[in-house]
Amino acid sequence: MAHVTLIGNLRQYTGDVTELHIEAGTIRQLFRKLGEMFPELAPHLEEGLAVAIDGQIYQDALLEPIGDDAEVHILPQIAGG
Amino acid sequence: MQERVKKPQFDVVGTRPIRPDGVDKVTGRAKYGADLKMAGQLVGKVLRSPHAHARIKSIDTSKAAAMPGVKAIVTAGDFPKQASEFVPAGEGVVNYRDISNNVIARDKVLYEGHAVAAVAALNEKTAIAALDAIKVEYEVLPHVIDEIEAIKPGAPILHDDMITIGMTPPPTKASNIAKRVEFNLGDTAKGFAEADLIVEREFKTKAVHQGYIEPHACLASSSEDGSAELWVTTQGHWVVRAYCAKLLNWDIGKIRVTSSEIGGGFGGKTVVYLEPLALLLSKKSRRPVKMVMSREEVFKASGPTSGGTVKVKMGVKKDGRITAAEGEITLQAGAFQGSPVQPACMCAFANYDLENVKVTGYDVVSNRPKVAAYRAPGGPISTYGVESVVDEIAEKLGMCPIELRLKNAAKEGTRAAYGPKFGPVGLVECLEAAKDSDHWKAPLGPNQGRGVAAGFWFNIGGETTVSLQLNEDGTLTLMAGTPDIGGLRASLCMMAAEELKVDVSKIRPIIADTSSLGYNFLTGGSRSTFSSGMATVEAARSIVKQACGRAAKLWDIPEEAVTFEDGMIRPAGENAGKHKPMHLSDIAKVAGKTGGAIVGYAAISAQGAAPSFGVHIADTEVDPGTGKVTVTRYTAIQDAGKAIHPAYVEGQYQGGAVQGIGWALNEEYIYGADGKLQNAGFLDYRIPVASDLPMIDTVIIEVPNPRHPYGVRGIGETPIVPPMAAIGASVRRSSGVRFFELPMSPPKVLKAMKAAGKA
Repeated sequence: MAHVTLIGNLRQYTGDVTELHIEAGTIRQLFRKLGEMFPELAPHLEEGLAVAIDGQIYQDALLEPIGDDAEVHILPQIAGG
Repeated sequence: MQERVKKPQFDVVGTRPIRPDGVDKVTGRAKYGADLKMAGQLVGKVLRSPHAHARIKSIDTSKAAAMPGVKAIVTAGDFPKQASEFVPAGEGVVNYRDISNNVIARDKVLYEGHAVAAVAALNEKTAIAALDAIKVEYEVLPHVIDEIEAIKPGAPILHDDMITIGMTPPPTKASNIAKRVEFNLGDTAKGFAEADLIVEREFKTKAVHQGYIEPHACLASSSEDGSAELWVTTQGHWVVRAYCAKLLNWDIGKIRVTSSEIGGGFGGKTVVYLEPLALLLSKKSRRPVKMVMSREEVFKASGPTSGGTVKVKMGVKKDGRITAAEGEITLQAGAFQGSPVQPACMCAFANYDLENVKVTGYDVVSNRPKVAAYRAPGGPISTYGVESVVDEIAEKLGMCPIELRLKNAAKEGTRAAYGPKFGPVGLVECLEAAKDSDHWKAPLGPNQGRGVAAGFWFNIGGETTVSLQLNEDGTLTLMAGTPDIGGLRASLCMMAAEELKVDVSKIRPIIADTSSLGYNFLTGGSRSTFSSGMATVEAARSIVKQACGRAAKLWDIPEEAVTFEDGMIRPAGENAGKHKPMHLSDIAKVAGKTGGAIVGYAAISAQGAAPSFGVHIADTEVDPGTGKVTVTRYTAIQDAGKAIHPAYVEGQYQGGAVQGIGWALNEEYIYGADGKLQNAGFLDYRIPVASDLPMIDTVIIEVPNPRHPYGVRGIGETPIVPPMAAIGASVRRSSGVRFFELPMSPPKVLKAMKAAGKA
């Protein structure tokens, strides 16, 4: 199971839960399960988030695989100038 | 010029060929936004608010509309109302209601220069006369400019429905704080309790403009059939297309956007201002409409970056190990929410391997133009505070500031304050290069000082499409969709040439329009050489595969029995030597007779971007009689992963450093008590010019990004992150005074030196 950490303001939609273990094969599956667990979080998963899997940050990559025991961080999307 | 580049492993990558767009640029042939012309075009002009904050009671355009030569007028009433909702739009999330209301004010004007109406007329004189004839009745409201004043009780509220996001419990009243964000790691109270020394400081930075030389400009031609063409200077024409389609409620597929050459953007050309106005004026007038901002309009109505207030507290052991760090960052968003406070918080302590860190940020609206991205948005502001405190800690501990940083530097495996662990990164290599540099060891003269600071930026990938055509004579045409700001076309051609083993001059690149290529996210986030480079390599490899397939058919051997080596297509295995090797140009000649044109095409969502760290060394000399600070020597050191065209990498390092020097020493938005900008021109808003500066020396570090075929990292943003703190540390030593507010302009420096008995 992936070790998932929610970064920044997301905790306000999860009742202050910031760390949990989730079985998910892809980012899309992870978002779907998080949305089921925390309905208030669901709409925000569509809004400009990035996902770091074992340190590598992915953006707009719903189909990216998540390995067993991966360390996953959900954090604000990053842009630039 | 020092260069720490590994022994070349490539034929083309890492060399310095002449850029393919160079001749047209130096001869004046290149077409920038304002150079485009169409038969019958009208001149579009914008009526702007004279007030910092006012309610629009009425707009009467009747007199202007009746004037001879006036062909169309638009106000907010001509645009569909947008719902207030945050939707993904490439560069994070956007609120289209805010974008629409920024393009043209609907109920209130929120800053001096806010667009109120736009006119298209036969010529500029008539258009300006028409603007004068539009009667707007305002109810002037109290205004607030400073971000700290804006969050005080009783401050004028800009948006009655703005309830702060990120507060627990949520507030019940509207305020000017759009959002609160927080990032935590470890236990800072425990970390501070372990510290032998704690330094706590507050810093202030001013809003500064990206300062691109080319103003915003576009030419729109809308047809009666609902289609439209737009030529525009932009960092992302697909993004312009999407924004315009949404704001006008037009079909995306009916708008074709072509990016002109771009005379600088630095993040400021990632949004829309004139474009929706020009498209609608063209539709109403049935004529092409050209709009060009004046420099005054650029300053007053296009996004600068935030000014802000940065509080930093750091604790260290006597040996220099940092035990805890806290930051509080309050940034101006301008009139609509969306400052770069989030990346500012995430960048703040990214240089360091910290167990205990907490950063809080506030996004604050005030009566200023809406901020736009500017090179590493938010990073330079928070890093200025943090790196200045690190310098003070080094001074108080009696440690070399580079050694202090080396002791705490982020490296592979370090967990960033924003969560993930870093992969391979080059901060330690940059610091070692700084320590070993001639610059760091050189003696200083009277009234001179030396400072050092480090910086970081994440870098991104994103949606990217490239097409590479093998022409019938063996030359190639490369189509990319990320506007070329810093030498992209040259770098892409080099990567294609590297793959195909052809002369780079045989590849002609263009930046394709939105109807000629698949989607491309904008040039920003230091992504274009990384992302378009990945797509180019994929497209080139597709050409090789197709060419080998054609050769196999011509030789009547299996495709697997054909190899591509040293630029030649050869039969391999048991067929080796049985057929004469062929060059790509040989295949190109017969492509039409063996299956049709050979085109490599790659449409990707580039992932695997890697951060870039940099270290800058600055020498300054202070004139104790005037307070003027002169930069006498400057070195920018940065990890590029792999420098495709080292001259353009050096150019990015130099450009970022110079913009940071301007931010540190002179640039600032100055407002009067009336809420009006006092210095909306390059005479009064002083950006550094060549005669102000020494040669900016550069050192390219190459710690390859394992996720890019050649190891590329984005490099365009990091170089603006360290300069303000490096200059601040240098001025501390050259003047004897430590400054906590930017810019360190002569009057401020002289006053502080006199107060300290140093002048």
